[in-house]
Amino acid sequence: MRKRSAKPPLALPCRPVKPAPFEYHAPATTADALAVLAEHGDEAKPLAGGQSLVPMLALRLTRFGHLVDLNRVPELAGIERHNGTVTVGTMTRQADLERSPDAAAVPLLGLATPLIGHFQIRNRGTVGGSIAHADPAGELPAVVLTLDAQLDIASASGTRTVSASEFFEGTWTTVVGDDELLTAVHFPVWADGAGFAVDEVARRLGDFALVGVVCGVELDGSSKVTRAAIGLLGMGGTPLRAAAAEQALVGTAPTDDELTEIGRLAVADLDPPADIHASTEYRSSVGAHVVKRALRTALERAGG
Amino acid sequence: MDVSVTVNGQPQRHDVEPRTLLVQFLRESCDLTGTKVGCDTSSCGACTVLVDGESVKSCTMLAAQADGSSITTIEGLAQGGLQHPVQQAFAEHHGLQCGYCTSGMVLAAVSFLDENPNPTEADVRLGLEGNLCRCTGYHNIVQAVLAAARSR
Repeated sequence: MRKRSAKPPLALPCRPVKPAPFEYHAPATTADALAVLAEHGDEAKPLAGGQSLVPMLALRLTRFGHLVDLNRVPELAGIERHNGTVTVGTMTRQADLERSPDAAAVPLLGLATPLIGHFQIRNRGTVGGSIAHADPAGELPAVVLTLDAQLDIASASGTRTVSASEFFEGTWTTVVGDDELLTAVHFPVWADGAGFAVDEVARRLGDFALVGVVCGVELDGSSKVTRAAIGLLGMGGTPLRAAAAEQALVGTAPTDDELTEIGRLAVADLDPPADIHASTEYRSSVGAHVVKRALRTALERAGG
Repeated sequence: MDVSVTVNGQPQRHDVEPRTLLVQFLRESCDLTGTKVGCDTSSCGACTVLVDGESVKSCTMLAAQADGSSITTIEGLAQGGLQHPVQQAFAEHHGLQCGYCTSGMVLAAVSFLDENPNPTEADVRLGLEGNLCRCTGYHNIVQAVLAAARSR
């Protein structure tokens, strides 16, 4: 052990550092942040909550010449409800999303967010950071895809809006360009009485899910499904929609056996990744069960 | 770059590289070594401190990002020579063995109890999911946090 009292006198401060060196930018406005990104291109990286990026920098899994800290840009945070849409600013903390009465109009946000990391992580972690980081096992990217959210992407030359189905390109990869910033996400509000569920299997609470399911259903007066959305996480390089299972569900009031079949259908055409924690076969098998379990919960919550 | 923060009520200003993590800043620049470095990847919670009252893992925040904020570390919890109720409860209920996770555990518990003043045992276990202890099996830690909640 180092004895602190025996520190040798040093001419220069000698302090441990872990990340590779970078220039730190702390813009106060979105426009200033975009100007730094425009100037430095792929040498620059936006820093949101830092709950993925900072460990990756500290472990030197990645390095950037310039970090653009968005934490001092107040206009990028906030939650607003307009007709049929909840808009969440990219720098909204996950902990604030959990507590927001406006976000409660999109129940999947409240169901998915507590599963992200730990509460210390959600105090720092942001909605846009999680979505733009695009971890295939992330909860919020799956919610974005399942709800067909719209995403605002800004650059110094303007703002474009893309659909969730176009947003995710692969593991940790989205359509957001080097000079662009995800600024806000628009989540559609479903009809009153819709039922939602998020279910996942992880080795410990707060760990990345091995397999997860995000789903929503709407029912008619006779408990038949009129609308269904099923999203999967951890089952591919991006979050995935189980379109065939959604189609099979609509128009039915499914029995337990039929839900088992829909679970199988949801994973039938997938080739989920194998890693040290779970094989492809395990993910498929558990995935089918978790789809069934999540749908049963969503149907119960919808009054079915 | 200059980073100015208030740590445990005391102003601290140090010239550090932008890549300095908050936990390194606290330990090396402020000489407050009660905050521990555990996993370095936000998994273990040993480095938990309060930034403007909210618990964060100080290994995943840059010191530069804390500029202007108010930080509480384990060294700042005792008031007037009296330990914080959560510290007392950890001592009374033997909520530690080697002590490495303890400062993070205590600060996470302080923050958790601020938001959940009357938790159940299940709430405490869920609330401390981001703090790992390799010694105790958590039983006494959970009992300590419940006792601290009762004593408030």
